Amino acid sequence: MSEKRLITLDELEAGNEGKVVEIKGGHGVSSRLEALNLRVGKKVKKVSAMMMRGPITVDIDGKHIAMGRGMASKVIVEIA
Amino acid sequence: MGNPNVGKSVIFSRLTGVHVMSSNYPGTTVGFTAGYTKVSDKIAEVVDVPGAYTLEPTCEAEEVALKMLQNPDSMLEIKSMRHVRKSVELHKGRHLLHKIFGRKKSKEDKDEQLKLEKELQKIGREGRKNIIVNVLDATNLERNLYLTMQLLEYGLPMIVVLNMWDDTRHTGIKIDLKRLEALLGVPVVTTSAINGEGIKEMVGRIPQAKVPANDAKTSEERWKAIGEIVGEVQHITHRHHTFRERLADASVKPLSGSLIAAAILAASFMVIRFIGESLITYVFDPLFENFWAPLMLNFSETLGGEGFLHDMLIGTITAGEINFPEALGLLTSGLYVPFAMVLPYIIAFYLILGVLEDTGYLPRLAVLVDNIMHRVGLHGYAIIPNMLGLGCNVPAVLATRALESKRERFIAATLISIAVPCAALQAMIFGLVGAEGGGYVVMVYATLFISWIVLGFIMNKMVKGYSPELLIEVPPYRVPPPSILLKKLAMRIKGFLHEAIPIILGAIAVINLLNIAGVFEKIAKFAEPVVTGILGLPKEAATALVVGFLRKDAAMGLFAPLDMTAEQLVIGSVVLAMLFPCIATFVVLFRELGLKGLLKSMAIMIIAALTAGGLLNVIL
Repeated sequence: MSEKRLITLDELEAGNEGKVVEIKGGHGVSSRLEALNLRVGKKVKKVSAMMMRGPITVDIDGKHIAMGRGMASKVIVEIA
Repeated sequence: MGNPNVGKSVIFSRLTGVHVMSSNYPGTTVGFTAGYTKVSDKIAEVVDVPGAYTLEPTCEAEEVALKMLQNPDSMLEIKSMRHVRKSVELHKGRHLLHKIFGRKKSKEDKDEQLKLEKELQKIGREGRKNIIVNVLDATNLERNLYLTMQLLEYGLPMIVVLNMWDDTRHTGIKIDLKRLEALLGVPVVTTSAINGEGIKEMVGRIPQAKVPANDAKTSEERWKAIGEIVGEVQHITHRHHTFRERLADASVKPLSGSLIAAAILAASFMVIRFIGESLITYVFDPLFENFWAPLMLNFSETLGGEGFLHDMLIGTITAGEINFPEALGLLTSGLYVPFAMVLPYIIAFYLILGVLEDTGYLPRLAVLVDNIMHRVGLHGYAIIPNMLGLGCNVPAVLATRALESKRERFIAATLISIAVPCAALQAMIFGLVGAEGGGYVVMVYATLFISWIVLGFIMNKMVKGYSPELLIEVPPYRVPPPSILLKKLAMRIKGFLHEAIPIILGAIAVINLLNIAGVFEKIAKFAEPVVTGILGLPKEAATALVVGFLRKDAAMGLFAPLDMTAEQLVIGSVVLAMLFPCIATFVVLFRELGLKGLLKSMAIMIIAALTAGGLLNVIL
């Protein structure tokens, strides 16, 4: 059995997948992300990260969302 | 109502025949438009509402959507008063223009719309029933259903429309419609609005809209209900990545994305220039030189070659020839400036902008430039209003409503109205400054760009408030059908002709009258210390700067007869671009920023314009 690790979406490497286990931060951030279907239990794949801490792009069910690093670092994902 | 970028505006256009802007990025619609159609012999007022992911608004555009849901009658009351006034204006003042430019079909459409509106007003607000038409992206059922769940809680009769149905076929998504209908408790129809498929069926089922039973109240309950629904009705078959998806991935990766952006922007610029110049050289210039010029020369002789009427209509004739940009007559420069100098670039620019919008490239550009935009107190999405500003500042300032904070909206709107020249002004810069050499055009753009950066940087430090992070849905790439692109282009060109020509003609008439009355000499004398002293321009250039408040292209045209050096033209163009917004932009700035915001913004404009112009005067 592979070991499971918890990291933030910010730390997830481009091309890798993870499962969202927690969204930190206030109601504002989590409800906005939730409305875009980025919520606990969802599988996300990181498509890319811009250089110099620019925004990241993730794939959720085949749909792409781009977000700033601050938000990405509030999303905790579990990787296998 | 529905999520952003699901095609609400396209469905609205199909329903009512009223064309509204639509593109492939979230946030195209920021206000609402009402139109009329018939649903089973009854008249229906159809309202196109901005998209929202949830009913907890995060920006002004989403607030409009929420207000519309909570209190549609009062929102529409205000609108219809404005609407009626506008219609009357339309019928009086623009009737002639309609006859000349508007196709018959669109006029019939408009008459039909007015007729329906009047009939509906007779019925009054009380006899009406509000129905929610909830539009969903069929390829993104799960996420879209969240808003659906919230809407169901409002207890209004509703119908669910699964748009982009054609896309489900090649993305391997199967949805059991009967089951979905049973689970939601409201009618479910499918459409492919871009191709017009399913619209009739949708209209046919609107009367069956129902008030559903629904008891999910918290977000957890909603998502749970959605999970159950989606699990039951949707089946996704695995498929391989398409070329479009690989391209989509590549355009948000740092290296490949930057290369793609550079290529796209360079290509756009070259194509715009090529189309614009070709139209001028091969179509509009020959038309004016070969057909219009002889006519005007004849007419000039008929008028006796001088006198008040001659000066107004024809203007100055030098050595038996008409110099169209310089003559300053209503029938010479008044037509040449909008048609032969500006229109070609309007056509070229909006054609390319339409392609960029509808393919879905712009949100990707937003991701790429997010970093830079943060330096000026904005985030990546703000690149979209700025790009729109290169066409016209009015829709650009309106588009800032899709930004989340007040601070961002102020910074973006101010930057746009100072340092983003509209297509009409750019066309004139190409025409007049370009004649002195391409290097001078580069100087104008470089100055504006530097001003944009410097001002943004300063405002980022000075303006209070917060600038949130980027959070944006990146839609899939689409190949827009040419018919949709052309319709949008036609709408924008018509918009330009309707707005610009009367004002340009009016401006030239007023200029001539005031000139004859000697008013401009006084203005020129009064403004001389600034215009000549700081900016190094001939004192007559003051007139152009004043006229710039009406329209920038007409104002730029006034530089033509002044015998200015290339350097002076550069300074003149820069100051004209930065000093004041044109009256139309002024009005939307007032509406969007309020009086205080407008005054602040204006102060920044004046200081910035004089500083940039003064520095150029010292350097050049």
